Amino acid sequence: MAKPAEQKRGVLPQRNSLFKAYLLHHARVFISSLGELTRRPIASLMTIAVIAIALALPSGLYLLLHNLNQISADWDSSAQMSLFLKADISERKVERLAQRLNLRKDIDNIKVITPEEALDDFIRISGFGDVLNSLDKNPLPAVIVIQPVVNTINPISVSQLLKEMKALPEVDIAQLDLEWVKRLYTMLDIANRAIWVVSILLGIAVLFTVGNTIRLDIQNRKEEIIVTKLIGATNAFIRRPFLYTGLWYGLTGSLLALILTNVAINLLEQPVHKLAGLYDSNFELIGLSFDNTMILVLISCLLSLGGSWLAVGRQLSKIEPS
Amino acid sequence: MIRFDNVSKQYPGGFEALLGVSYHLQRGQMAYLTGHSGAGKSTMLKLISLIERPSRGQIFLDGVNLNNIGKGKIPYIRRNIGIIFQNHQLLFDRNVYQNVALPLIIAGYRHQEVSKRVRAALDQVDLLNKEKAMPITLSGGEQQRVGIARAIVHKPGLLLADEPTGNLDPELSKEIMQLFERFNQVGVSVMIASHDLNLIDEMGYPVISLDDGQLVRNDLALGVAS
Repeated sequence: MAKPAEQKRGVLPQRNSLFKAYLLHHARVFISSLGELTRRPIASLMTIAVIAIALALPSGLYLLLHNLNQISADWDSSAQMSLFLKADISERKVERLAQRLNLRKDIDNIKVITPEEALDDFIRISGFGDVLNSLDKNPLPAVIVIQPVVNTINPISVSQLLKEMKALPEVDIAQLDLEWVKRLYTMLDIANRAIWVVSILLGIAVLFTVGNTIRLDIQNRKEEIIVTKLIGATNAFIRRPFLYTGLWYGLTGSLLALILTNVAINLLEQPVHKLAGLYDSNFELIGLSFDNTMILVLISCLLSLGGSWLAVGRQLSKIEPS
Repeated sequence: MIRFDNVSKQYPGGFEALLGVSYHLQRGQMAYLTGHSGAGKSTMLKLISLIERPSRGQIFLDGVNLNNIGKGKIPYIRRNIGIIFQNHQLLFDRNVYQNVALPLIIAGYRHQEVSKRVRAALDQVDLLNKEKAMPITLSGGEQQRVGIARAIVHKPGLLLADEPTGNLDPELSKEIMQLFERFNQVGVSVMIASHDLNLIDEMGYPVISLDDGQLVRNDLALGVAS
């Protein structure tokens, strides 16, 4: 009765348990390669710090840009359009035009400023009351202030609206202070691209840093590699601990990068809140989202794994017993 | 177990390390390989363990023509050979147990199986009480025995030893040789490269001798050339 069981526990493991042993081996290498890192704590920490800084920098820049976008989206909504009507338009016509415009879908709301109101405002603000009072006729036209509907972060629809407003027969001048918004968007776009370039360069830096660390690691363990090759280790077996070491670098490096980024955000939060308060805004600093965090960790792991793969591929074929 | 069929090895640069060598070590046989240094002993061991490839001729290991073994298959061939080095090549950052377990871990043995076999191998070389010791704390003879335990732990069909007693005194050398004899008695084929002619005579096993890359003595029956 005991025989089949005995056989199953034979000399060479059966396929099923062989697979289990394989997984177990992977798990063991995964853990022992972490132990390998802790064995040279200073060297490992330096590598991890370099990775973390290289990752935290683009993350921080990304957050900065993201926050700027957020703020400028608020500004965009305050982009108003002023229609200076022709001087000879009657009050009734102004009223009718206002009603017509109010029905448009791309206009959020409008406000009519009669010439009298405008003059009152002007006198109040400018302090030229006496001079203006001496004029026998109010020189100011009626003005309709339009608040365009904010759709997305796209100034094109607004400039389209501006064009249409200019074409209206009642309108003398249609003015929109959108130029600076456009410029801001262009600048943000440039910044966005710059961040991409910086990110790619720093990503390559991570790749090479890990690659070089692993290369040194392989050099240091050359004897061991030769002996294991002579004992019958496959290249995959020899490669494995180095790849896992690379993975650990990526994982710990990205975690440190997350800590650095979040500490920086926390340090900035108070003053930014204060500043926003001064501007009467309830703007809140945006930190890294869960998705951002996951992507950062994933990219770091992939880059580090890639770096160690490069090093291992190049070095292992060079190390053969002789 | 090992059959050399008119094997020559020329190194890049033109040095002829082996010239038309033929012999056949039968399965379960034990033999000594002698010759002064530079005669081609190491080259022969390197050819068997696939560190080098022959320039001409064929080598059969357990019936397998090594010329047909691709690079990716080399590890699997080596797993059937236990190699013992003169300087024992232990890993000094691991203890005795971990050193001996290495071939089993490479071959993917299960945990329980590994510890069982490592203990058995250490018992055979009489080092069971040193399994936790680091190699650096052991004597030369003990280190060599750890190397032997590592070579036999996965029960290879062939043991290759390169000057296993090179650094040991005569007393210890004899002990080591008797150890090989014991493995041979349970069916393992053994080839020992050595220059210790007195000891070889004393042991009384077949000898093959190399001089300047040529076989000058062959106590083994010549294999039938195909």
